[in-house]
Amino acid sequence: MTELILGLETSCDETAAAVISDGGAILSNVISSQAQIHARYGGVVPEVASRRHLELVEPVVADALEQAGAALEDVSAIGVTQGPGLVGALLVGLSYAKGLSWASGVPLVPVDHLRGHVASLFLGEEPLAPPFLCLLASGGHTLLLVVRDYDSHEVIGGTRDDAAGEAFDKGARLLGLGYPGGPALDRLARTGDATAYRFPIARMEGLDFSFSGVKTALLYAVKDLGDAALAEQRADLAASYERAIVQALLQRIEQAAESMSMETVAVVGGVAANSALRAGLLARGVRVAPLALCTDNGAMIASAARYAPKLLETDYLSIDAYSSR
Amino acid sequence: MLRVTTSSAGGTAQLGVALAECLRVGDVIGVRGELGAGKTVFIRGACEALGVEGRVTSPTFTIGHRYLADPDVAHLDLYRFESMSPGEWADIEPLFVDSIAFVEWPDVGAEYLPAPRAVVNLRHVDPERREIEITTADQQLERSLAAAMGDASSAA
Repeated sequence: MTELILGLETSCDETAAAVISDGGAILSNVISSQAQIHARYGGVVPEVASRRHLELVEPVVADALEQAGAALEDVSAIGVTQGPGLVGALLVGLSYAKGLSWASGVPLVPVDHLRGHVASLFLGEEPLAPPFLCLLASGGHTLLLVVRDYDSHEVIGGTRDDAAGEAFDKGARLLGLGYPGGPALDRLARTGDATAYRFPIARMEGLDFSFSGVKTALLYAVKDLGDAALAEQRADLAASYERAIVQALLQRIEQAAESMSMETVAVVGGVAANSALRAGLLARGVRVAPLALCTDNGAMIASAARYAPKLLETDYLSIDAYSSR
Repeated sequence: MLRVTTSSAGGTAQLGVALAECLRVGDVIGVRGELGAGKTVFIRGACEALGVEGRVTSPTFTIGHRYLADPDVAHLDLYRFESMSPGEWADIEPLFVDSIAFVEWPDVGAEYLPAPRAVVNLRHVDPERREIEITTADQQLERSLAAAMGDASSAA
């Protein structure tokens, strides 16, 4: 009989829960920022952190079970993000999951958030099998990982300053597109000339990234133009800026794949939703996580829980959240 | 107030090192400056001087990092906050316990944050140079900082 795994994620902005089968099929994947949850549970809450998770965690988990047609008793494991992230936010999910485990007797599986992102590749109709090279690029992280097994990875490079998603969001702010404006910058860039401006691509040692220099270069380009000229140039600036970031990511991926002799390459994390990056990756035969699994979600946590040790009553009670490793 | 103009990111990081040498557990340092002014560069210099190993990256999205050192070093960024609520303060408050804390975009949290021992203001002069002011009401800190900054600084 198919066993079900519940996954719960509260490490940053999203309250998310999902149910998957032990074969990796996604039966439900509920994310709090999705419209229906907002409509049903009071709209956008301006708070950044844990109080919002506290309000959303129970209905999000209930929705995930209901959409999967499952009850808690049908679940064979509860995966939950243990870190890294804000401890207050993590503790909402972790404490709630402990309560579920305690009440139901279902084992708890603490999961590392970054491993969760990698495990999003093990889901669906065509799951990826290790070994592969993985770029994790999101608002908070930009890491190159060698994934040799389902339950471990090695960091071979990462950003020295800003994450790639942060660079998109802050670039959008500099261009007057609001914050977070990564998706707005992506849309505007499609209408601009990506060769109009030459923004620097930082050359870091080894396989590291740096995105603060290109952000500062955009700032000076915007300052030099003034408001009227900026309005005319905005799309070209967006396209050129996006190109610099995308090229930096693509070049590093190619370099890393070659130096680590990895034939299979995959990209996960919210930045994988950027259309220029997506196009560049697909043209190179790189595997890209489905859009619904790019941003923080519960399915990836449930997926990682498939490959991590289950903690039985009462061993999980002493588990604590961690902010960083 | 101490004011100095640095001519490179390396110089900005070096000023962070000088400040770090004057700090003790419990200190909170506010770090202000617009995008690209070098806030994270400055804090990275300070973190490395305080014994933080590994990467010191921007906490804009994650809001706060706590790095293991002796004492621990917290690095926060309140850029994403429009205002601060008691609940949000409760989330970040543990980062200030038994640590030296650096806070980017600190003003939104002024109602809750411990009083900063010093505030650092970074301004763009041109793509390379930054004017950096360090303000503190603590005369002992100002004296030791002036000494640590050596010839590179000029008291204003």
